[in-house]
Amino acid sequence: MSDAVTSSTEDVDVSRRKFLTAATAATGAIGVAFVATPFIASWKPSERARAMGAPTEIDLSKMEPGQMVVASWRKQPIYVVRRTPEMVAALAAVDSKLKDPKSAESAQPEYARNDARALKPEFLVVYATCTHLGCLPKEHFKPGDALLGTDWPGGFFCPCHGSKFDMAGRVFAGSPASINLGIPPHAFETETLLVIGVDPAATVQGAA
Amino acid sequence: MRKFALLATAFALLPLAQAQEPAAAAPAEEAVAIDWAHWQAGNEIGNTASLQRGARNFMGYCAGCHSLKYNRYSRVAEDLKINDGQLSEYLLPAGSRKADYIITSLAYEDGEAWFGKAPPDLSLITRSKGSDYVYQFLKTFYADPATPTGVNNLALPGTAMPHVLSDLQGVQRGVFRTVESKGASGEITRSEEFVNFDNPVPGQLTAAQYDEFVRDTVNFLDYAGEPYKAKRIDLGIWVTLFLLVFTGLAYLLKKEYWRDVK
Amino acid sequence: MAATPDSVPAAKKGGFRVWLNKRLPVDEFVESQLTGYYAPKNFNIWYFFGALSLMVFVLQIVSGIFLTMHYKPSEAEAFNSVEYIMREVEWGWLIRYMHSTGASFFFIVIYLHMFRAMMYGSYRGPRELLWIFGMVIYLALMAEAFMGYVLPWGNMSYWGAQVIVNLFGTIPVIGPGLVEWIRGDYGIADSTLNRFFALHVIAVPFAIALLIALHLVALRQTGSNNPDGIEIKAKIGADGKPIDGIPFHPYYTVKDLVGVGVFLLFFCGVIFFVPTFGGLFLEKPNFEPANALSTPAHIAPVWYFTAYYAMLRAVPDQQMGALLMLCSLVVFFFLPWLDRSPVKSIRYKGILSKIFLTLFVISFIGLSYLGLMPAEPIYVVFTRIFTVLYFAFFLLMPWYTSVEKCKPAPERVTYHA
Repeated sequence: MSDAVTSSTEDVDVSRRKFLTAATAATGAIGVAFVATPFIASWKPSERARAMGAPTEIDLSKMEPGQMVVASWRKQPIYVVRRTPEMVAALAAVDSKLKDPKSAESAQPEYARNDARALKPEFLVVYATCTHLGCLPKEHFKPGDALLGTDWPGGFFCPCHGSKFDMAGRVFAGSPASINLGIPPHAFETETLLVIGVDPAATVQGAA
Repeated sequence: MRKFALLATAFALLPLAQAQEPAAAAPAEEAVAIDWAHWQAGNEIGNTASLQRGARNFMGYCAGCHSLKYNRYSRVAEDLKINDGQLSEYLLPAGSRKADYIITSLAYEDGEAWFGKAPPDLSLITRSKGSDYVYQFLKTFYADPATPTGVNNLALPGTAMPHVLSDLQGVQRGVFRTVESKGASGEITRSEEFVNFDNPVPGQLTAAQYDEFVRDTVNFLDYAGEPYKAKRIDLGIWVTLFLLVFTGLAYLLKKEYWRDVK
Repeated sequence: MAATPDSVPAAKKGGFRVWLNKRLPVDEFVESQLTGYYAPKNFNIWYFFGALSLMVFVLQIVSGIFLTMHYKPSEAEAFNSVEYIMREVEWGWLIRYMHSTGASFFFIVIYLHMFRAMMYGSYRGPRELLWIFGMVIYLALMAEAFMGYVLPWGNMSYWGAQVIVNLFGTIPVIGPGLVEWIRGDYGIADSTLNRFFALHVIAVPFAIALLIALHLVALRQTGSNNPDGIEIKAKIGADGKPIDGIPFHPYYTVKDLVGVGVFLLFFCGVIFFVPTFGGLFLEKPNFEPANALSTPAHIAPVWYFTAYYAMLRAVPDQQMGALLMLCSLVVFFFLPWLDRSPVKSIRYKGILSKIFLTLFVISFIGLSYLGLMPAEPIYVVFTRIFTVLYFAFFLLMPWYTSVEKCKPAPERVTYHA
């Protein structure tokens, strides 16, 4: 030790030194945590991402019975199908061929956990993402489709790995997919205006 | 055009003209020229009521031609404490979503064709030109039959913008006087110097009401230029207090250790 | 429990330390670089700025990395993406202001750091290389700052790039071709922006980090100078350590913490209360997007370049102006050999050195101010006077440092506890 420094123990108030070191270090650590916060938070979805993830509106007035449109909400493709009364009536007939006919294992809002898997039986709103590995199932609504054989009741067919879904997006037994197509939150703001991304109660509140 | 050039020269020479001997200037009984170039907008970022009025003014009088393309209705509503009902009623144009940017319905090409220059986006106008400039611009329109719009402006001579707020302010008349000044080589230049305004046809608002209208609008534009400004300043105070504590502790620690050094 | 309960945890702790040090020389590093590194005990306030510039460098790297996550280096999107960061990215405004304010503060601390070296003769032997590495860092930093300034693609960014890149056009013969090569187009364009982005975020920061490492290694080799300009290694105590030295850690680490606190108070003061600093740190025309058809009414570089810009403008010949500007930077490199004084520190140098250094500082500040002003005749006259004084400091140094009467440097450093 050089002449410049004396640290003979009796000169040094060790406890004061320890306390100040701890206090400064703790304050510094809090400061570092404060500084880290904005950097970490900057990875959250930005206001633009959130604005783009805002509910999507779809005008149903121009949809023909039996027609399907592809919508998009939060970067997810969504199928909206206006089912004919025949399609709705035929749903119950295929229950025995399905893996999860009552949608017990599948993902949907409570208000869509019913026989037609819909708020209004006429309109099916499902995520167009195969629950197997994420391909887009194709529409094969015509019963007895040339590709899928004469006993095909009508529904969706995924070209990637051959998963089959009925007109309510329920998966058929024998498909690699194990659960039904998911259903996003949706609501009818008016008779002909479908809003994807909000639950029905929210729209009622908004309208009130 | 020549008149503009003269005017522009007059403004440029204004400080020089003022610096000259009073004898060289116009007769003494004339009024003192108003100092519009130093008018200040006096923004109040914390005055939410003023910002709300400014937002309403903007949507009512400016948004037809000018966009705020970096601002969203939803964000404005949130920051300015405007509820959903008020937002739909006063601010949101039909067919726009809350999350949309504030885009004007005037197409760029139409703007160019109608005014000779497309009306600029205003989301950064107070940052690039300053609030005071915008305030001066909105207050110094005056009648000028020589222009296509029938008005001219002291802050932006030859502006292509019509006096959109003439209903409110009326159309001011600019009072000018001719000033002679001696150039460096002794030649006499005549130029017109602005003195003040008279307002023969007042609008719906009194001068004081119009001033408040403009202040609110500029205050809102200042907000639009930096929406997080109020938050920034609030947070800055806490950061400063924290750093004072940290620096104080560090100083005590330094003093403690440096007692060793002889 | 064993009879000596204390020994168990101690052995465990020691165990890990021994394990670690067998594999990584942690203790050795701390010993050689911090606790066993002896620095002169008489450092004053001027000795904060080295550590502070290192801290600003780290801050710039961190905030810069996060900005690149949202910024888009293209003509069409650059300006919008900056406003996107400022408004839509959570805390984006804070990160951007940190970076833009950091750029100015980097130069503030670097200028003060350089001035310290000039006052106390830290460039003198044996620290010539240390000084030269420092100067190269300064030049690299100028390149880094310039290219970063172009990225937001505001109107001043665009025209600044235009003017600075055209400077290379003044080089005889190869100039015009060189300018085109730098731009990658026939004007400042997307290609220019894109390559400046690559250089700004990868190449130049790497180079600066390497140079900082060299600067520090050279510093450890020679040891720090001090306000008295004498070598503490000349007086070794019985323990083999310099008598006037104290271990860097804890004494200077705790002292630098105070410096960091005070620095951050200023730094955060600007970020939170005056982020544009009256148009000096972020200029008004840069809130308008780049426009190739409209030059800002009054064009000047950011404040940290204006001294050189003023000199450039003061010469009525394009090539000579550029050459003068180049010389004003190059001359710094020769400082170790221009100084003939028998003492290093300004404390013991004669009156002429003090006068010339003062005039130099006044000139540099004056030139920086004049570079921000429009080129009016009266300003040009002052600019020329300051330019002459600036160069006089360097070019007359061999003369005035050898003729003036110096005080003898002390045997031991001056320190009052």
